[in-house]
Amino acid sequence: MLEQFTSIGIFIFVGLGFAVSSLLVAWIVRPKRPNPLKMSTYECGLETRGRTWIQFKVSYFLYALVFLVFDVEVVFLIPWAVEFLKLPWIAFIEMFIFIGILVVGLWYVWKEGALEWK
Amino acid sequence: MVFKRKTEDEVLQTERYQINLGPQHPSTHGVYQAILTLDGETVIDVENVIGYLHRGIEKLAEDRTYTQIIPYTDRLDYIAAMLNNLGYVQTVEKLLDIEIPERAEYLRVIMAELQRIASHMVFIGSFAIDIASITGWMYNFRDREKILDLLEMTCGSRITTSYMRIGGVAEDIPADFIPILERVLRELPEGLEEYDELLTGNEILIGRTKGVGVIDIDTALDYGIGGPNLRACGLPFDLRKVRPYGIYDRFDFEVPTGENGDSFDRFKIRLDEIRQSIRIIEQAIDNIPEGSVKSKVPRNIKPNAGEVYHQIEGARGILGYYLVSDGSTKPYRLHIHSPSLMSLGVFPEMTKGELIQDAVVNLASIDIVLGEIDR
Amino acid sequence: MESLFINIGNLCREKVVELTEVLNLPEAFAGYFMVLIYAIAILTFVLLNAIVLVYLERKIAAYLQQRLGPNRVGPRGILQSLADVVKLLGKEDIIPRAADKWIFRLAAVLVIVPTVMVYAVIPFGKDMIAVDLNIGIFYFIAISSTATIALLMAGWGSNNKYSLLGSMRVVAQMVSYEIPLVFSMLGVIMIAGSLQMSDIVAAQKDMWFIVFQPVAFLIFIIAATAELNRGPFDLPEGEQEIIAGPFTEYSGMRYALFFTAEYANLISTSAIAATLFLGGPSGPWLPSWMWFLIKVYAMILFFMWIRWTIPRIRIDHLMKLNWKFLVPLSLVNIFVTGVALKLFSGW
Repeated sequence: MLEQFTSIGIFIFVGLGFAVSSLLVAWIVRPKRPNPLKMSTYECGLETRGRTWIQFKVSYFLYALVFLVFDVEVVFLIPWAVEFLKLPWIAFIEMFIFIGILVVGLWYVWKEGALEWK
Repeated sequence: MVFKRKTEDEVLQTERYQINLGPQHPSTHGVYQAILTLDGETVIDVENVIGYLHRGIEKLAEDRTYTQIIPYTDRLDYIAAMLNNLGYVQTVEKLLDIEIPERAEYLRVIMAELQRIASHMVFIGSFAIDIASITGWMYNFRDREKILDLLEMTCGSRITTSYMRIGGVAEDIPADFIPILERVLRELPEGLEEYDELLTGNEILIGRTKGVGVIDIDTALDYGIGGPNLRACGLPFDLRKVRPYGIYDRFDFEVPTGENGDSFDRFKIRLDEIRQSIRIIEQAIDNIPEGSVKSKVPRNIKPNAGEVYHQIEGARGILGYYLVSDGSTKPYRLHIHSPSLMSLGVFPEMTKGELIQDAVVNLASIDIVLGEIDR
Repeated sequence: MESLFINIGNLCREKVVELTEVLNLPEAFAGYFMVLIYAIAILTFVLLNAIVLVYLERKIAAYLQQRLGPNRVGPRGILQSLADVVKLLGKEDIIPRAADKWIFRLAAVLVIVPTVMVYAVIPFGKDMIAVDLNIGIFYFIAISSTATIALLMAGWGSNNKYSLLGSMRVVAQMVSYEIPLVFSMLGVIMIAGSLQMSDIVAAQKDMWFIVFQPVAFLIFIIAATAELNRGPFDLPEGEQEIIAGPFTEYSGMRYALFFTAEYANLISTSAIAATLFLGGPSGPWLPSWMWFLIKVYAMILFFMWIRWTIPRIRIDHLMKLNWKFLVPLSLVNIFVTGVALKLFSGW
């Protein structure tokens, strides 16, 4: 088990290595002639208007909360799904009561209009 | 315990920010800038900034003879040059009060309607690409190509035609023009069916355009917009029908109208107008007489002092020319009433409160050409 | 043919074992060294395929649009993407003055890492999984969703409003569509009774899961398209509105890394779709790895076909489709699958 995850570590290493080495090769061969105009922010050919790092209106804030609930649900569902065929039927019903509660939650969120993009 | 529902503003303050849409932007149809004030993805305010393409055509015209101005009109609405030519030469003819040969009248109608089809195809194509259906764009340009080839056959150029002359047209059409035109007219409906399948019936396109960018009739009239954009609001106002110019009173065609004045209607109406234009051209081919294509007009045109206004149904709306003559060979003043400018005026109104994605589609749906707006 | 790559692997293993013996290294090192070789081999495979895919995408788009596509570099433009790679290598790397330089730089590196990591669990053929984790699918879900962070970093670090809008869309979209994506996989997991890729492939010996789980397959395709940010769900890059989204300020090799990651994700997601629903590398007559390639490319072509046919969806419709249609539908699918499984296997 641990061995397998060490192997995953090797994949991380290879991924990083590829990114860094390709950037390194590019760094060697590419021209380096920066000038102020080149390094200015692109905004359709004009000076940028106002700040960019603002209190942005994340319209998906409520979606993100609902997502969190469902994502946690997934964590519970996956082990259940794996053992599904071996589990007694009571486990099946239990899980659907669990999902049922979440569905009621989804219905409530839906009814309250949190699933509307505003 | 009672929870009092708070509005979003009370709970959470979000900052508005301004963003430039254009002048160097993939979907502004030329060098046009809109300053959008956004709150998240929602458009709060729009400010039009025009003038990037100003070439002073109206001023240049004051230093040119009446004939020399024709090529300048090509550069107004560079997608529908024939219609600009037509509007201008008819204005001068009205000023001079001259008759033109029958054959020339028919040729003018054929060319104008061909140009209208080509222009509407650019519209459908650019509308498709602004809604990210790049394939729809390519299909339109494939069919537009056939029309441009026809234009090239008659006047040697595809975009800047300069085909109309004061007193007729520049040249007669080549002998094989009519057979090719008939073939193209047979092929065009097949293409239209393809767009219907690819675009008009598409759920996503309908979802993104129905009820979006609505202009009601009163707003449209207040802003003075005309053409397909006005007809999409439900008013069957077509200068070809209402105040026929040239020989348009001889043709049998319908004026398609929309219902809601939304982006979808503006898109649909152009498809319908292409079908009507095909009908007009078919009638024109049947009735075109033989004869000369240009009446005798003096080389140096010297109209009497006076002024004249003439308007035609351009591809984008009411295209008007106002000409003042002081009796010399050059006009004292030329003013062009450009339909795109009128349409652009309503853009902020129709876009406020909608999403930034809608803004792009709305801009495409009113079909502006910057060459005409900035002149 | 069948065991071509396995034989090559065994040959390498022998050499590696010899080498470790010569160098007096612990035995485990031979295994790690082999994984390194696998990883590099997979990376090469992915990069080659990404280059092919760029060309293929352009050609297919061209044929769908009744034009020729690239046809200048090499016969039928085959070398076009190679020329593009060389060009991108030689491009100046511009970092905007206003950008948060380290976030900006790091994003391009971070986007590629999860992309490569996902390939560890993909069964390229019979016995051709680099690391056959017992939580294979779960690993795929977990790792592939971290790419969101890299894109958010790219958008925020650029200090450009288009990038900001784009990265916000990335988060909204990729976070939302993860739910139906995972739920659609659950049906498969329930039937297979395992998260391990090799088990899932083995469970499809008699019948592909697409037959048992057609609805799940449909949901998976839709959600995967959204996760891949491909049309009609290419809102994060919506070039008509926000130029190129998070990539607006990137140039040269950094941009190329994002691009590579995009195509690599396309391959890996198609591979997962082929593994979960289309029987993975199993098939008659041809070698298993060839079957796998055929299935993956079939999926990729499907994604491309969709992209070049349908216009882009609007963001509120995107959310509506997910939360009001796909999520309830996938829950119903799990329920129906559960009941049917219990009925057929006896309570």
